[in-house]
Amino acid sequence: MDIEYFLELFFSGLTRGSIYALIALGYTMVYGIIQLINFAHGEIYMIGAFVALIVAGVCTIYGLSGFAILILAAAIAIMYAAAYGYTLEKIAYRPLRGSPRLSPLISAIGMSIFLQNYVLLAQTPDYLPFPRLIPDFSFMDPVAHIIGSAELVILVTTLVTMVLLTLLIKKTRVGKAMRATQQDLSMARLVGVNVDRVISLTFVIGSVLAAIGGVLVASYIGQVNFYIGFLAGVKAFTAAVLGGIGSIPGAVLGGLIIGWSESFAAGYFSSDYEDILTFVLLVVILIVRPAGILGKVRKQKV
Amino acid sequence: MLREFKQSILIALWFVFLTFPLMVVRVNTIENVVVWRWENILWVAIGAFALSYCWRYMLARRQRQNKKAEEGIDTRGPLQAALDNVELRNRAMAVLLTLALIFPLVFDTYQTNIMVTALIFVVLGLGLNIGVGLAGLLDLGYVAFFGVGAYTYAILNANFDMGFWIVLPIGGVLGCLFGVVLGFPILRLRGDYLAIVTLGFGMIFKVVMENWETLSQGPSGIANIDRPGLFGIEMTLAQSTVYIYYIMIALVVLTIIVTNRLKNSRVGRAWIALREDEIACVAMGIDMARTKLSAYALGAFWAGMVGVLFAAKTTFINPAGFTFMQSAIILSIVVLGGMGSILGVILGAFILVLLPEYLRAFSEYRMLVFGAAMTLMMIFRPQGLISNLRQIYQYKGSKDKAAHDG
Repeated sequence: MDIEYFLELFFSGLTRGSIYALIALGYTMVYGIIQLINFAHGEIYMIGAFVALIVAGVCTIYGLSGFAILILAAAIAIMYAAAYGYTLEKIAYRPLRGSPRLSPLISAIGMSIFLQNYVLLAQTPDYLPFPRLIPDFSFMDPVAHIIGSAELVILVTTLVTMVLLTLLIKKTRVGKAMRATQQDLSMARLVGVNVDRVISLTFVIGSVLAAIGGVLVASYIGQVNFYIGFLAGVKAFTAAVLGGIGSIPGAVLGGLIIGWSESFAAGYFSSDYEDILTFVLLVVILIVRPAGILGKVRKQKV
Repeated sequence: MLREFKQSILIALWFVFLTFPLMVVRVNTIENVVVWRWENILWVAIGAFALSYCWRYMLARRQRQNKKAEEGIDTRGPLQAALDNVELRNRAMAVLLTLALIFPLVFDTYQTNIMVTALIFVVLGLGLNIGVGLAGLLDLGYVAFFGVGAYTYAILNANFDMGFWIVLPIGGVLGCLFGVVLGFPILRLRGDYLAIVTLGFGMIFKVVMENWETLSQGPSGIANIDRPGLFGIEMTLAQSTVYIYYIMIALVVLTIIVTNRLKNSRVGRAWIALREDEIACVAMGIDMARTKLSAYALGAFWAGMVGVLFAAKTTFINPAGFTFMQSAIILSIVVLGGMGSILGVILGAFILVLLPEYLRAFSEYRMLVFGAAMTLMMIFRPQGLISNLRQIYQYKGSKDKAAHDG
């Protein structure tokens, strides 16, 4: 048991986990409000990463580089992801409000396949390298073998994002409307909450979080292709279920658990089965505690 | 008019903005080149403008139809009305079967081969239809059961030299068994959780097959699987294809008969009731776990059987053939054809398999179109191309209620 190796795995798990958590938040918020698994959420994350790659790629090819480009790429990626999330809700989910539960879910799967192939056809099936834009901070040198600069950037960004999100939900008027809609949609409508706008806003916020995750992961792992959204989406959804779907701290906790379990399993055992560990975890948690770790067990009323 | 025009212009502009980075810029960070495809702006703008008109028209049409349906007016088109006529339908089936039987005598091996693929997807669609269409259990890892069947035959054939006809039922039963084992713990879950878990199972299957080298020979797959035998007679490739074709026809007919009988049986009615309202169903005394499990296991059974046949047809299988995309294609067959409708699923399978096969230029856009079609079908025609016969039971006043007793 080498303590440094352990710490390295700990931090890489933490980094991965915090990105899963960012994506999981989008699932959990949407599910909390309209009880829909937004299957295309992983694709929004992928589109965010891809737009960032395009912006950063164009800039580096025209000779610009550095941390500022990353910020610019991230800003544009966030804007586009938000626009895609908004449009997606408007086209694929809004006309299906009030139809049987299976319909929006199938619609979401359709959109997920559509967006994947849209990026595949409009861009390329290959993995594209993402320009290295996070510099190696010199103050990180003494601990660089345990935690890299990119990991630090990811952790700090995630932390800030989550604090902002919590403030938004707990302190603002919009947040109050969101919480009200989550508790009871028709009651919220009765007291004058514009429910349609709240739902749109939830999709936009979820997409923004996913895009942040996308940009961070792209610059951390260093490559992007049209398929990255699928697996990340499924894992993030698992994180949301693990923590208790509909619960925001639950999504974060679930993301971290999955990140750590993947990182430690790959570090101490083998990475062959890394990708399916999540599913095994999912099945176990759903059998033992279907409501998730922090989820409330709700009685079904007729 | 002017308002609609303005709205469409705005929508076109929005989509130009939305698709700008992905459609116009193509950056290659390996070779450091940027390609600007400005002409795409024009295409997106024209496309979005035209589609927004279609979209509005379709939404208005849907509203009109819903209103009509509420007032009890028959909204079925002439084709649907003809298909709902049982006698006419039986005759059409007889003609179709005759055509299917003489098909390999008229067309060459290549065409027959494509037909076999289409028929495989018909059976897969019908199997998935039991779960998704009848019982309302969304299964996103259905291809795994297909894979179980295919690998069962491949492994038993390679290691123990077992023949096709012995393994065919084994494959079905094994698929069924996997369905039960997997289904048992997750049946308490609500529909959407089930979707994710089955998706996970599909991926677990693929990863295990890729990594368990001693069993499955890993990513390189198993080759030289025997074709089905006929009392030890040596057959050429062309003869063998025709032989497989007839086996497949028999399997399809068997599937149709069994699912049709099941649909109207006690357990079939329980499935449909469960799909419509779980709580009411349990209150009526239906054993939920057993009913769900039977739907799940029976669906898996067909996939396992047809998996054996698939392995025998291609003589080579590897894990890459059993991906989520395959599950998605089978699902879109069911959705497109009409959930719960046998004829619809058959039509769906033929459209989804044959169209990309004959329109080669289109095959690149296949999944793009399938994805869009799934969403559009859900919005504009959730009952599918051919809707389920059962849906025509409706109260039409006392005068002509006897006329619809079929």
